[in-house]
Amino acid sequence: MPSFVVNVMLKPEIHDPQGDAIASACHRLGFPQVASVRQGKRFVIEVSEPASEQRIAELAAELLANPVIEEFSVHPA
Amino acid sequence: MTEPGGTTRVAAPPGVPLRQDTVADATATPDREQPYAALGLTADEYARIGATLGRRPTDAELAIYSVMWSEHCSYKSSRKHLRQFAAKAPATDVLLAGIGQNAGVVDVGHGYAVTFKIESHNHPSYVEPFQGAATGVGGIVRDILAMGARPVAVMDSLRFGPADAPDTQRVLPGVVGGISFYGNCLGLPNIGGELAFDPCYLGNPLVNALCVGVLRPEDLKLAAATGPGNQVVLLGSRTGPDGIGGASVLASASFGGSGEGAKRPSVQVGDPFMEKLLVECCLELYHAGLVVGVQDLGAAGVACATTELSAGGGTGMRVALDRVPLRDASLGPAEILMSESQERMMAIVTPANVAPVLSICAKWDVPATVIGEVTDSGRLEMTWHGAPVVDIPPSSAANDGPVYDRPARRPDSQDALASDDAGRLPRPAGPAAASALRADLLLLVGSAEGGDKAWVTEQYDRYVRGDTVLAMPHDAGLLRIDAETGLGVALATDGNGRYCHLDPYAGTQLALAEAHRNVAASGARPLAVTNCLNFGSPEDPAVMWQFTEAVRGLADGCQQLGVPVTGGNVSFYNQTGPTAIRPTPVVGVLGVHDDVRRRVPSGFGLPDAAIVLLGHTRAEFGGSLWAWLRHGHLGGRPPAVDLAAERSLADVLVAAAAEQLVATAHDLSDGGLAMALAEACLTGGTGCAVTLPGDAATFLFSESAARVIVAVRPGSELAFRQLCATNGVPATDIGQTGGTALEIAGWFSVPLAELADLHGSALPALFG
Repeated sequence: MPSFVVNVMLKPEIHDPQGDAIASACHRLGFPQVASVRQGKRFVIEVSEPASEQRIAELAAELLANPVIEEFSVHPA
Repeated sequence: MTEPGGTTRVAAPPGVPLRQDTVADATATPDREQPYAALGLTADEYARIGATLGRRPTDAELAIYSVMWSEHCSYKSSRKHLRQFAAKAPATDVLLAGIGQNAGVVDVGHGYAVTFKIESHNHPSYVEPFQGAATGVGGIVRDILAMGARPVAVMDSLRFGPADAPDTQRVLPGVVGGISFYGNCLGLPNIGGELAFDPCYLGNPLVNALCVGVLRPEDLKLAAATGPGNQVVLLGSRTGPDGIGGASVLASASFGGSGEGAKRPSVQVGDPFMEKLLVECCLELYHAGLVVGVQDLGAAGVACATTELSAGGGTGMRVALDRVPLRDASLGPAEILMSESQERMMAIVTPANVAPVLSICAKWDVPATVIGEVTDSGRLEMTWHGAPVVDIPPSSAANDGPVYDRPARRPDSQDALASDDAGRLPRPAGPAAASALRADLLLLVGSAEGGDKAWVTEQYDRYVRGDTVLAMPHDAGLLRIDAETGLGVALATDGNGRYCHLDPYAGTQLALAEAHRNVAASGARPLAVTNCLNFGSPEDPAVMWQFTEAVRGLADGCQQLGVPVTGGNVSFYNQTGPTAIRPTPVVGVLGVHDDVRRRVPSGFGLPDAAIVLLGHTRAEFGGSLWAWLRHGHLGGRPPAVDLAAERSLADVLVAAAAEQLVATAHDLSDGGLAMALAEACLTGGTGCAVTLPGDAATFLFSESAARVIVAVRPGSELAFRQLCATNGVPATDIGQTGGTALEIAGWFSVPLAELADLHGSALPALFG
């Protein structure tokens, strides 16, 4: 079945406390070279019949991402 | 990266122009055009800055003035009127800090003081409901922390558009989710507040957050930078471009001089775990005696903290802006000054204490950086990589901004509104009256406005910290302060946009009276007031009239009730296009409970107790929930205000609690006696049988003020009756508690199961 990948990330200027928490955990675990971490979400969507990336983008904007603070990209899997 | 607890020297990163608009540039290029209008300043205000400085401001100075002289920070339209709160303040010896401080502080005895304040976060909560509401909680918690207190509880007063409107379905779950996320993670109980719906809030919801904190009076901290040579330490999160657009601006790409991308208005994201560290870290610093002065960073961020601290101390300050730790290395001085990044505080520390302060901060994983020092120059001077970019008298930004006496005019439409008497609305009568009265009760009980708020309040942790004595759905939130003596404080917030629409003076007093009554119902003695004044645009004379009437009403009301206003917040520009929200002052009242073991809940628990209605009931339907829901009517006069009666009523309630004469007390407000009886039955799980002492519709649905129902403990009837008589409070026996139905003798009966089902399903049916 055809599938798509949707990657959702906070916009670059938006504060990412979870990413910061992961970065500081990296330091505690002995990875001092980690300068920063940004955390996001990845969705893999299977479709039962062909769908355009545009349609999947509409779905992402409606449900998967919060366009006020997040951006997303759609790729064929 | 900033090392936690270490100082950071920020080298200019590659790609960031070092070149900034300096003080020398401002002198050399007096005619350079500056985007003051895009920053929200008028031509007169811009000229005033020039006159103050004797030259044009630098870009960084313009940034400071634009945010500090904004309506939000300067109170320029309201300040003239707010002076009444001090001028009319009743004599009191409990006020340790009042208006003008971050929050009011009252002495509650036994060596404890309490600080509390309510503040709006309306616009951010509309743009991004979850983060907007979450950061609203974070902001008010830091205000309380800045007074030297441990924050111990929060409350929220929420107003949305119609419950079934699609946008309310977006905004309400986000706001409630954001409040519960932040408060629950932070470990603060949410002990009360309000939830209301009205079409006027559809494009402009109201999210008002209250926090209360406890301190020893000797630990009180003030926002003052004293002692030249003392160091300025920035604590907490690194600074990013958060909320810079909130100041309305930087829409101009040329502003700031850092090229394209200089302007990135962005939503503030809250980090409650960092806030928790900040709270514990600051409290340890306070208790170790290491802090001379402290200020939270909220609206206007570093600009506000530096100007207010140095103005408060009557000193000067020198700050190296390039030492502010950044999350985004491309930020320039103007953006750093205006950033509203969350979870930051600014402390003034003696040079000898810098090392211990940094070490305590490191222990809590709180980044801390020395960014400047206090001087005796009377100037706030800031540099960017050595070059002077700010040189201003701090009070010119913090205290001496423009003050406007805006035109206020009572709109002619008020006359038509007042003459549209709700008394003319058809009330149930004739042979079908009984079933119509029953149907009206069920309409109120099952509406979003009158329904059970548990869908919202159960998302909040109400009992964390273990000192919550009463929370929703009781009339007031009640917290234990001292386990040994049982000393506690009670808090309630109230507001009613319908009443204030009909008469802002009376409506504001009714909000005050209701919060006062709610606090007294728990057995606490009302002591002090905070307020959040939500209005439309002050540039609209009709709105300004509403505002002046509301302030006058609150100041007069507080004087008559003997409770001072200790502080608060004004939120203007709450409107959608040209249409303002209904005037919505929200009033918070704090009271002291001498012994929380003698608290009075609002539900009927004890069977066979006499139910007594306190106060006079008149046919007053103007602005009532019944008129609104049953007839879609809003007109006439709001209920009459009688503050002397409110005061006597509170005296009776407090004494009755202390002497343990009553088992239940519940105030009458929206929906009158009908709603009050239904709520008392459902909250306590006990029915009642009531005989109405007059016209049924009037007794059930009128919203006459200064009324409460109590259930008297069996055996205490005589003593309670004497207490009422001594205080001149009318007391009418109307029935008994018990059974499994709400029975109105001669009219109708509703099984509690049916009532509970309707009441409980109102919000879940709308919001899942």
